[in-house]
Amino acid sequence: MTILVIAEHDNKVLAPATLNTVAAAAKIGGDIHVLVAGQGAGAVAEAAAKVAGVAKVLVADNAAYAHQLPENVAPLVAELGKGYSHILAAATSNGKNILPRVAAALDVDQISEIISVESADTFKRPIYAGNAIATVQSNASVKVITVRATGFDPVAAEGGSAAVEAVAAAHNAGISSFVGEELAKSDRPELTAAKIVVSGGRGMQNGDNFKHLYALADKLGAAVGASRAAVDAGFVPNDMQVGQTGKIVAPQLYIAVGISGAIQHLAGMKDSKVIVAINKDEEAPIFQVADYGLVADLFEAIPELEKLV
Amino acid sequence: MKVLVAVKRVVDYNVKVRVKADNSGVDLANVKMSMNPFCEIAVEEAVRLKEKGVATEIVVVSVGPSTAQEQLRTALALGADRAILVESAEDLTSLAVAKLLKAVVDKEQPQLVILGKQAIDSDNNQTGQMLAALSSYGQGTFASKVEISGDSVAVTREIDGGAQTVSLKLPAIVTTDLRLNEPRYASLPNIMKAKKKPLEVLTPDALGVSTASTNKTVKVEAPAARSAGIKVKSVAELVEKLKNEAKVI
Repeated sequence: MTILVIAEHDNKVLAPATLNTVAAAAKIGGDIHVLVAGQGAGAVAEAAAKVAGVAKVLVADNAAYAHQLPENVAPLVAELGKGYSHILAAATSNGKNILPRVAAALDVDQISEIISVESADTFKRPIYAGNAIATVQSNASVKVITVRATGFDPVAAEGGSAAVEAVAAAHNAGISSFVGEELAKSDRPELTAAKIVVSGGRGMQNGDNFKHLYALADKLGAAVGASRAAVDAGFVPNDMQVGQTGKIVAPQLYIAVGISGAIQHLAGMKDSKVIVAINKDEEAPIFQVADYGLVADLFEAIPELEKLV
Repeated sequence: MKVLVAVKRVVDYNVKVRVKADNSGVDLANVKMSMNPFCEIAVEEAVRLKEKGVATEIVVVSVGPSTAQEQLRTALALGADRAILVESAEDLTSLAVAKLLKAVVDKEQPQLVILGKQAIDSDNNQTGQMLAALSSYGQGTFASKVEISGDSVAVTREIDGGAQTVSLKLPAIVTTDLRLNEPRYASLPNIMKAKKKPLEVLTPDALGVSTASTNKTVKVEAPAARSAGIKVKSVAELVEKLKNEAKVI
């Protein structure tokens, strides 16, 4: 068995989610190869070669792969992937965008967002917004799988010494092009990788009030998230959204402030180790999953909490 | 241009589902069913394109049981012109659905196909991408903005770090994210009118599509329950617990 892991990167840095994906590959067992498809992504390839457990790094360097356009990257992965037993990618927006296109090209079903490996052909994944866990078995010749990063502890980023090999194949479907992107800037830790996450909901009342959460987060070294209500109300940008349709997080500590705890929000955070809820409505569903609940006005509780931690 | 919209009948998003005692699946008997929320957004976008004079005809398609006709009627009441049901009683995988939709695309030749980004039951997030692959069309997934100009479509996509815009040659596939639009409600007169709009029923056999799958669901279980928490009385007590009991700060 040889497993192909698609590296998640921005042509400069190997994204941490790749380390969780390699960890899932290691649980399946067999040789692990990592594909770095991009443009001028030499540093990413070097970083991938150092990842513990990786046997080989394939580098496909071509302008067509610069922005991870699925119309170009998916045919490359499908072509290379034919020789592998498994193709894995992180369940990031990139992985979700590209991998189903690979699966269809290979005429196999895909298994999305696995949270555990039961055996080489059997995996567990959440369905119905995490309210049920399905065990799925695949008899496909190539098993195409996306991996939920929070389901697997990352492997070490150092210690490996894989061979790096260039891949000549260039696919350019010519049906799509990159126009531009607008990335939100933040100095705080990345939401999905943070050990502590402080999230605000509709109860924050406006975007300006999020400054209280930022102050608390900076003191704790935490990332700041939000519920869909807070995003839809325009308090914060949508890449901060935690939930079924946003990001899935599983930090050591999740502090939900002014969040009622709808099913869709819980789907994104209920695997956190410790959950704290601060809400003035003692009937809010968030208290049913919270390890520690505080019924209080957040505008009094948050500044006090910031002082005490 | 013609726009094809795919919709799915799923358990209503407000329902808290229960796993069946025999672990064969979730219990959907006597549970409220609705159109998948992302599909509502797809229908709304198509209707807006028609209102802008960009789209000339909206065809809405569903793959599912005969009861999915209800969701197709809803889409017709919202502004779709006609409907197609590919009737299948079995639970199909995303790839099988994508193959059936591909057969409908071949038949209808739409310039734009709009789907939701994921269905809230299977949470797969695969069908649109698979349909794009099978059709060799470009894909604009997780769309928060769609602008058609001439023979191409600019799609602004929600990505992990923010937003990205891509340009796709038509025909193309778009999958909707939550922020693309706010779906309207169907008015009573439109619900009545929708009953008279055409609804064609097809079968996978008639389309010549095999729905065989490489995946098998072995069992479905309830997630591990969290142990009951406690309510603290003050911020000071909360900090004390987090430091000394949970040891997370």
